[in-house]
Amino acid sequence: MPDQSHAITAEGLTRSFGDRRALDGVDLAVPTGTVLGLLGPNGAGKTTTVRVLATLLLPDGGTARVAGHDVVREPDAVRRRIGLSGQYAAVDEKLTGRENLYLVARLYGMRRAEARRRAGELLVRFRLEEFADRPSGSFSGGTRRRLDLAGALVARPPVVVLDEPTTGLDPRGRADTWDSVRELVAEGTTVLLTTQYLEEADQLADAVCVIDRGRVVARGTASELKARVGGERLSVVVPDAAHRVAAHAVLSALGPHTPEAGERGLVSVATDDGPAALEQALPRLRAAGVALGEVTLAPPTLDDAFLALTGRTGTAAAGTAGDGAPAQDDPAGGDAPPGAPEPVTPPTASGTAPRHAAPVGTPPPVPTGPPGPARHAHRPRRSRTVGRGTGDRR
Amino acid sequence: MSALALAGRDAGIIAWRNLLNLGRTPGSVIAALVQPLMFVLLLAYVFGGSLGGDDYRVYLMGGIFAQAVTFNAAFTALGLANDMHKGLVDRFRSLPTPRSSVVLGRTLSDLTMSTVTLTVTALCGLLVGWRTDAPAHHVLLGFVVILLFAFAMSWVGATIGLTARSVEVAQSAGLIWLFPVTFVSSAFVSPTAMPGPLRTVAEWNPVSATATAARDLFGNVPPAGLGPGDAWPVRNALPYSLLCSALITVVFMALAVRRYRRITRG
Repeated sequence: MPDQSHAITAEGLTRSFGDRRALDGVDLAVPTGTVLGLLGPNGAGKTTTVRVLATLLLPDGGTARVAGHDVVREPDAVRRRIGLSGQYAAVDEKLTGRENLYLVARLYGMRRAEARRRAGELLVRFRLEEFADRPSGSFSGGTRRRLDLAGALVARPPVVVLDEPTTGLDPRGRADTWDSVRELVAEGTTVLLTTQYLEEADQLADAVCVIDRGRVVARGTASELKARVGGERLSVVVPDAAHRVAAHAVLSALGPHTPEAGERGLVSVATDDGPAALEQALPRLRAAGVALGEVTLAPPTLDDAFLALTGRTGTAAAGTAGDGAPAQDDPAGGDAPPGAPEPVTPPTASGTAPRHAAPVGTPPPVPTGPPGPARHAHRPRRSRTVGRGTGDRR
Repeated sequence: MSALALAGRDAGIIAWRNLLNLGRTPGSVIAALVQPLMFVLLLAYVFGGSLGGDDYRVYLMGGIFAQAVTFNAAFTALGLANDMHKGLVDRFRSLPTPRSSVVLGRTLSDLTMSTVTLTVTALCGLLVGWRTDAPAHHVLLGFVVILLFAFAMSWVGATIGLTARSVEVAQSAGLIWLFPVTFVSSAFVSPTAMPGPLRTVAEWNPVSATATAARDLFGNVPPAGLGPGDAWPVRNALPYSLLCSALITVVFMALAVRRYRRITRG
């Protein structure tokens, strides 16, 4: 079973907390030098998986090996080869940035001079010099995460595990983190990262596992998954209820995906080639006499992915009502001139379109239509994605 | 490096980090010092007058020393609970450092803190009239006995801190048991005046033995009516105190480290 070609393998991992089954037979295989994105909503089992792989939690059943060592039988060997950056930046608030890194380096067994040098290197690499000698309790969330990430890399581990590395970061912090992950990969590090954002997995991961209720429900490359999920989603808001059937028919005729009706006149459909679908749809909608409130073209959200891969939304899994969007989130087609949406993304090769649609630093769907009202058309879907409150930490 | 040497090295690093933290939280250091000073002044002047005046103040200090270091166990409980609930223990546990080093580092830094507490309390004692005419090596041995007891109590605090479900629980649970343990003893009064069962508890209480051993070593003779009793642990206070410290350290070290390992089990 020891497998040099895979830096991380897990087979049939199970773990329960009381009567809640957090892991229900998780299988993973991460080829050495690649990035695996573990994608799922809150409570899906992402953090539990990470904690088992990082030897912080014992599984009830199943086996896992990291860098060739069993996480249960040889935890120390695993700890020497793994860098962990958890969901909550574990930095000592009273210590400075430099002292935090020095502390970690010393606990990896480095001598004083070596630990000091390594701390200095990481401060430069993560652009933390200006924070080097300030107590880390005064840092912004993004800076703390960067310091925590730097701490995970102190011993140059061949395997790095990042638990929701960009959750709670502003776009700048997110872009920084993405760059850091890419640098790691360029150096040959194997990375497992968890995320709630399909876009983030698409940007960073060679392969993606979608996890839900403690099980892997889909796996493949990001583009394979997107082919199953559909590419960008074309959404229109039709304020006049009488026009909605016609709108549905037009979007349905684009094929091969079936449109869905959302609340407040939203009709949306997955596309294989977003810009092309949009170009076809707009004249046809006009010809059918459909008055449009808003038009957006956006990368699929996690909810879309869940719907496509599991037949239900991520929040349906959570048992939360799916239509929790507050009324004011939808301006009811207010200001946008009906029937006159602006053209969107410049037509590019379909495979790269989502990257243009969502520039670096914005994993959540970015409306490509008019900036103002169009954003609202998507907000309800996002708010559902984030609606699940139960963390799966411990 | 042997496992033991590695645990010692890493515990030293953790202790350095704890002391750095402590130095940057002057509030908690002051709180740790104010508490024994307050007891010195309250007991020396509020109770002291009724209990023998100057003689009582000389007698008092052995008890205050034992009580002050016992209370430092609450800091161990709080410190570990804080580390655990702020995610720092997760960071430490993901590193290749022996399981015992984080807890040992905490008890070592708290032992340092107890030394500071003891020094400040002794100086305050000198101000209220505490004196010792014993040979220097007896005085030194007296403080060593107290510090060994401090180390033992710190492991009790560590077990509480690692068991508590939250920082708040650790804070109150870490403190509440200290009152009966230090007061049902010969730290401040004579057990001979206590009702039967309480007297037995007080005579066998390691706090009593530590206070009595320290007084013996400092040459502080109890005033009339404040004798520590005549049970076996009283007559053999020094060996009994050392035995208790060793026993408590071994038992609670095992419990605390086991508890720390168990975090892995969720």
